[in-house]
Amino acid sequence: MPEPAAESPPTRLCSATQAAQNGPMGSYFDEMWDDGESLRAPYREFGAWFEGEDPARLRAKQREADDLFRLMGITFNVYGRAEAEERLIPFDIIPRIISAREWQKLCRGIEQRVRAINAFLHDIYHRQEIVRAGRVPEAMIARNEAFLPKMIGVNPPGGVYTHIVGIDLVRTGPDEFYVLEDNARTPSGVSYMLENRETMLQMFPELFSQTRVRPVSGYPRHLQRSLAACAPPATTGPPCVAVLTPGIYNSAYFEHAFLADKMGVELVEGHDLRVVDGRVAMRTTQGYRPIDVLYRRVDDEFIDPLNFNPESALGVPGIMDVYRAGGITLANAPGTGIADDKAIYSYMPDIVEFYTGEKAILQNVPTWRCSEPEALAYVLDHLPELVVKEVHGSGGYGMLIGPAATKKDLREFERKLRARPGNYIAQPTLSLSTVPIFSRAGLAPRHVDLRPFVLVSPEGMEITPGGLTRVALKKGSLVVNSSQGGGTKDTWVLEE
Amino acid sequence: MRLKISHLTRYDYDEAVPYGLQQLRLTPKSTRAQEVTAWATHIEGGKKELSFEDHHRNVVELVSFEPGTSTLIVRSEGEVELTDTAGVVGPHAGFTPLWLFLRSTPLTRAGPGVREIVRSVEGEGEIDRLHDLSAKIRGRIAYETGVSHPGWTAEDAVEAGHGVCQDHAHVFLAAARAMGYPARYVSGYLMMNDRVSQEAGHAWAEAHVDGLGWAGFDVSNGISPDTRYVRVATGLDYAEAAPVSGHRFGSGGETLSVSLDVAQQ
Amino acid sequence: MLGKTAGGLYWMARNLERSENTARMIETGQRIALTRAGDTTDEWGSILRAAAVGPGFAAKHGEPTRDAVIDWMLRDKDNPSSVLRAVEGARSNARVVRTAITEDVWEAVNSCWMRLCDALARKVSERDLPRVLDLIRHRSALVRGAMHGTMLRNECYDFARIGTFMERADNTARIIDVKYYVLLPSAMAVGSRLDNVQWETILRSVSGEGGYRMSYGHQVRPREIVKFLVHDRQMPRSLSFCCGKVRDNLNYLATDYGARHPCHDQIEALCQRFASQDVDAIFDYGLHEYIQETLSALGGLSRQIEVDYRFYE
Repeated sequence: MPEPAAESPPTRLCSATQAAQNGPMGSYFDEMWDDGESLRAPYREFGAWFEGEDPARLRAKQREADDLFRLMGITFNVYGRAEAEERLIPFDIIPRIISAREWQKLCRGIEQRVRAINAFLHDIYHRQEIVRAGRVPEAMIARNEAFLPKMIGVNPPGGVYTHIVGIDLVRTGPDEFYVLEDNARTPSGVSYMLENRETMLQMFPELFSQTRVRPVSGYPRHLQRSLAACAPPATTGPPCVAVLTPGIYNSAYFEHAFLADKMGVELVEGHDLRVVDGRVAMRTTQGYRPIDVLYRRVDDEFIDPLNFNPESALGVPGIMDVYRAGGITLANAPGTGIADDKAIYSYMPDIVEFYTGEKAILQNVPTWRCSEPEALAYVLDHLPELVVKEVHGSGGYGMLIGPAATKKDLREFERKLRARPGNYIAQPTLSLSTVPIFSRAGLAPRHVDLRPFVLVSPEGMEITPGGLTRVALKKGSLVVNSSQGGGTKDTWVLEE
Repeated sequence: MRLKISHLTRYDYDEAVPYGLQQLRLTPKSTRAQEVTAWATHIEGGKKELSFEDHHRNVVELVSFEPGTSTLIVRSEGEVELTDTAGVVGPHAGFTPLWLFLRSTPLTRAGPGVREIVRSVEGEGEIDRLHDLSAKIRGRIAYETGVSHPGWTAEDAVEAGHGVCQDHAHVFLAAARAMGYPARYVSGYLMMNDRVSQEAGHAWAEAHVDGLGWAGFDVSNGISPDTRYVRVATGLDYAEAAPVSGHRFGSGGETLSVSLDVAQQ
Repeated sequence: MLGKTAGGLYWMARNLERSENTARMIETGQRIALTRAGDTTDEWGSILRAAAVGPGFAAKHGEPTRDAVIDWMLRDKDNPSSVLRAVEGARSNARVVRTAITEDVWEAVNSCWMRLCDALARKVSERDLPRVLDLIRHRSALVRGAMHGTMLRNECYDFARIGTFMERADNTARIIDVKYYVLLPSAMAVGSRLDNVQWETILRSVSGEGGYRMSYGHQVRPREIVKFLVHDRQMPRSLSFCCGKVRDNLNYLATDYGARHPCHDQIEALCQRFASQDVDAIFDYGLHEYIQETLSALGGLSRQIEVDYRFYE
């Protein structure tokens, strides 16, 4: 992990006051320290352990963790950089700890939201009752590039559209969580969640014998089971599951290989597959063998050159036809992007209420849709306070963080907003909570978010305790994306 | 009226095809205006892999090439009983929302040429205006075979001033959508009265009019489809309703030959 | 198992074997250059020929010089057999087959690649050369050890072993061929200073000096060298030994899959050839012709394995 510049001489720092001196963020909710000196309840055992540790040993452990990650090849590829094409996502050894009670409440909210997302997807590709009811404007769907006409009328096996969901959450207070974004297409990062825990277990076994942390290692098994439970009607015998990757040059290849390996299934690329006897089959050393469920990590546009982008070399010609004919299950289903689109996001409270009949448990971040003239006027007036995002953007690119922006950035975004208002949404700058990282100067608070992973099958929903905590390593930064200098932490959910 | 149809499409490839797939949209469905009493498609040089119904409710058959084949023959045959409905197909059915038929596609984008035609449209009622649109298009784009290109867009045809049924249909779609009517492309068969052996498959357009539902307009012949028209597949444009569309590996050109017999029983 | 995975394992093993063979050749050339007085550039020329990378070198550099040859064989991206390219290839293959190898094997390949990338980031000085060559051999031995110690003896292992021995057989055959003229039983050459240099080179490049001495004593005879490199059942780099291993592993696959393929007939024929022709018969037939035919049979076998086990479509 690149160590933040030393802000004070290396000393042992264990209190929030001192930690706060290391960072500018005293006014934010810190998950480790209650206002001032005392540890918050979930951190008490960890804090006592940390107190007794020699910082030199911890620093050595931090280096050891980096070597371990590099050796295991846990890297991601950065687009547009010929040189250092594989990079490590920095890992910080201070865990992010969530109490059992906090987690229970989050789970209820997540489950409700994911249920609503799947119901919404079914509706949108069938009768569109929610549009007929006037709860989501027709134009939101009709003008949305994420709406996939070829999915109209498809009933995916088991009724599941989005099998693997990641809900990005941020925290602003002891009891305040907001959903920042839903990931219903191909949420990534679960391998980091698993490897982070593996690394912590290897480095600090003593921590886990004194603190009861809920395990995450069951994820691959649950994933396999939950995919197999969605096998299509054409399946004969035990379902054959495979992972489809764009290949070794994809930024998330490590994760694709990791998941296939841990599930004990084949990792395939488009050129390993073709349509044989009405099924999608993989070329083995003994001939073609049909696949029942494909966990595909190739985007909709590239998955089938016969039906979508004809230039794509990553996909399988005709796979969409096999899908419509009931010969294969694709996880996630094509066209699920309509549910995690940033423009649709602002309707999520209505969507949850429409399909579940309940108020949404998890809050949405208030969002101004710049396509609406009044909202646009407000956004233009308050640009320096707001975060502006592209409706279809991802990975923290093409985003304006008002409070951190230069005058030039602000002028540029004003121009962009006026030119294509429908392309943007704006949100208030949230006071993201902080968790300390282990810097050269000791503990230093940094902003974090959380991506819990949810598995959906006809048999029910499985939420892995914890998820991926991403941390903005730069002092004061609110951008946690790995492509923009973010790191990760192990996330602990405590046993009751 | 009862029509007997025999449609043969033959592809000859310069080089053997190692692998490839073709989607066939060659199976007509029974509607208010037509009852399909018998229909079958046979393949030589390939194999039927599966069939499904697409989002326009077309029957699609997926065919793979026999490895190393240099010829693919697709033969569709059957009988259809037709009833005159004055070109009215009826209310919209299926899950595909009507607004989708307002979307322009690369082949049906309305440019200056199409917009000029739209401005010239006259008439009182909606149906009148749509018939007038059809007439204006025919006046502007002469029906002429062998001069247009299958990849032409609606604007290309307006600019050239001539084209075939496919071009007429594309211009109609672009214009009708610009006028606010959901509209779709139809590929099918037309029995020309004076002959059995027809030159090629036919194409026309349908527009959706509130209260009436989908209604057909054959721009090339200046009429609405009657009992000589067999409706096979629909889509937003030719690309979505094409009788055969495919993907194959290997280089080299191909030669296409079509023979089509439509005869009254 | 995916055909692509079988191919990835096969080529991962071939690439690893190639990186080690290339290091051995450089070591041989360096040793001879150091122990001979005067102009030794011809030795570097024959090293290039042995590695079958002569034409590529000539196109880029012209006449072989020590520094240029060593750099070409260690690091040059234009040389498909350079240590760096081979190790990169092995690591790429290992990433593709990540799910078919153990974590130990993956980590051994990955750390081999990381260490060699560091060591070969810049031109290697004469002083550092022994250390770097050691590192290459050491790292590939670690991978071999991890494969041996942690992989199930299943199809994955079989394809990797087939790759290892195909590459090794190819390498040994090329070395014999480059030197075939000194192996001719001509009275004139035998015992001359030149001849001694040549055979020493050969044995060194296959790490066979000690083994040869144990089997045939100190007397160096061309017939014995050929016998040692072609027929010896104990020499792990002899053609017969390598092909025997390829046959064994292909047969395991045939048993597991319950199917024999044309490649099985080809390897049988190849092994049969070693058994039926002794050294005299080879010399009568023509050593060069014999080796050329062996190389072409190995090439044909490799292509047949690719087809039979569907490495590609």
